[in-house]
Amino acid sequence: MLWEPKFESMERDELEQLQLEKLQATLNRVYMNVPFYHKRFDELGIDIDSIGSIDDIRKLPFTTKDDLRQNYPYGLFAVPLREVVRIHASSGTTGLSTVVGYTKNDIRNWSNLIARILTAGGITKDDVVQISFNYGLFTGGFGHHYGAERIGASVIPISSGNTNRQIKIMQDFRTTALICTPSYAMLIADTIREMGMNINSLCLKYGLFGGEPWSEAMRNDIQDKLKIVATDNYGLSEVMGPGVAGECLERNGLHINEDHFIVEVINPHTLEPLPLGEIGELVITTLTKEAFPVIRFRTRDLTKLTLERCSCGRKFMKMSRVMGRTDDMLIIKGVNVFPSQIEHVLINIENVSPHYQIIVKREGAIDAMEIQVEMSENIFSDEMKVLERLNKHIEQKIKEVLGISCRVKLVEPKSLQRSEGKAKRVVDLRKI
Amino acid sequence: MLKIKNLESGYGRSKALKKITMHVGRGEIVTIIGANGAGKTTLLNTISGLISAWSGEVIFDNQNSIGIAPEKMIFMGCALVPEGRQVFAAMTVKENLILGACVKYIKDKKYNSQKDIERIYEILPILKDRQNQLAGTLSGGEQQMLAIARAMMSNPKFIMMDEPSMGLAPLIVRDIFNIIKRLREEGTTILLVEQNAKMALGIADRGYVIETGRIIIQGLSDELLTNKDVQRAYLGRDLDSEIKI
Repeated sequence: MLWEPKFESMERDELEQLQLEKLQATLNRVYMNVPFYHKRFDELGIDIDSIGSIDDIRKLPFTTKDDLRQNYPYGLFAVPLREVVRIHASSGTTGLSTVVGYTKNDIRNWSNLIARILTAGGITKDDVVQISFNYGLFTGGFGHHYGAERIGASVIPISSGNTNRQIKIMQDFRTTALICTPSYAMLIADTIREMGMNINSLCLKYGLFGGEPWSEAMRNDIQDKLKIVATDNYGLSEVMGPGVAGECLERNGLHINEDHFIVEVINPHTLEPLPLGEIGELVITTLTKEAFPVIRFRTRDLTKLTLERCSCGRKFMKMSRVMGRTDDMLIIKGVNVFPSQIEHVLINIENVSPHYQIIVKREGAIDAMEIQVEMSENIFSDEMKVLERLNKHIEQKIKEVLGISCRVKLVEPKSLQRSEGKAKRVVDLRKI
Repeated sequence: MLKIKNLESGYGRSKALKKITMHVGRGEIVTIIGANGAGKTTLLNTISGLISAWSGEVIFDNQNSIGIAPEKMIFMGCALVPEGRQVFAAMTVKENLILGACVKYIKDKKYNSQKDIERIYEILPILKDRQNQLAGTLSGGEQQMLAIARAMMSNPKFIMMDEPSMGLAPLIVRDIFNIIKRLREEGTTILLVEQNAKMALGIADRGYVIETGRIIIQGLSDELLTNKDVQRAYLGRDLDSEIKI
């Protein structure tokens, strides 16, 4: 089912016409109403009238999180505050928080885009939707809430925390869809297991997870444990919050709401745009936001784009699940390496687990990468030959993907350190 | 139906339209709103070929229509109801209508306009009552109806109307808008330029706001009606006085 088939299955040429119309109108408005963009375009000698195609977007400067911070709190708003009906902000754990605003129309569009993503993830008006995202300044709770109401689903605005109560409500209220971060879904699943509760006593069917990067292995795990169909969705508060992109039931990439956003993938070092299919940093330009439009916002999220036809009928471009942050990227022998690429290789190899650690050293003047990989528990062979073959196989696969060779070392199951929050995947011993 | 990309045009050396990109889908009513001198009429005149485009693309009915003479545009099914009606004052109502069908006479030597005129009279009975009167003696509202009727005589698939409500009493404006709605129901695609933003957004599917030759806002009519900039500038709502406590 599609929420807005008219747009979601739009032909490419129609879509590009619409994007150009909206892009030009947005540029005219930010140039008129936002001093930051006006000044920056003038300084760089950019004539907004020279933007005559979607590709011309490359002539425009990037906007970064720092720009948002420097204009804290309202400097980048394109409308007076009295027209703003909602204000959200990022947590600000890494400095000043960034503040974003929404007009009435923005809230309406936002709800609608979330409704698209929920529909793509299987949710209908008959569902009981438990929203276990934090409600507050963070966009996750309210964003999903308005979208689920728009669909007409029964919304339980439980917010995050108190896992035992979450599970009780899930059971008593007959929740059919869970919306939260993947790691919280994992915690809920594990708690259910620890409580010795029968998963069949729940009515859960769907899970829509986002807000942090997660892996295919984790998806499979959550799907098995909660007996649901789990889809990934993507958004960030600086651009709108959730609602930027979401997976359909095919679960092989997130459809981007391209009639509201123009996306690009760039090389985070050279800042050059990359062709479809190459991994790089996602850059987003908003096309319909009134209160807080952003031009070429650098998300720092790593992904790749594809225009492959999807059997669900949506014709929007898809992005792969976020593979990490640009901050996680390593440069080894001049090649960009993302830990997630290695994870991806490991997931597809039998007899190893996706637990690994990358150790980068410098041997003489040359970088060397060693990858320690845990064997899975169900491999019983301790025959050296078998293990050596497995070792060679992994090394070869990684070389195919990264283009550089590495040394793989198989280690005992559960021997690598586990961490509570983000796993420490990389140990960089180079002193550069 | 109509697809415009980066259209620029103007008068003499002054550029009146700057990178206009917009479209009108088949069967849609799309409105262009904006203040005096924003470039609305220039836009319609450029599309219809009365003014030549400086650069950009105009695709009408899948054909590039830049550089096509205005009379050829009518052959292609694109009619214009000009600003200030421009009826032929010294001719009768009926003669005005017959002139509106001139492309049909050119296409088909045996064409007889009577049937089409009857159809118009059925939709706009007032014109039947006035058929032998000189167009210049009609009231403003009647002249506007005649101007629309004249455009309809060529059986266009696409009609552009330039401020059809200008200078008319509210009741008459309502009649004119009802005719526009009826045209759409009969399958005609309409591009409506209006200063009366509220009425225009009331019947249109989508709208574009044009300011000093640039499109600054575009969206569904509902969105434009709730957009505060549109409300302040074009719907006459005084937001500044409303917030005083």
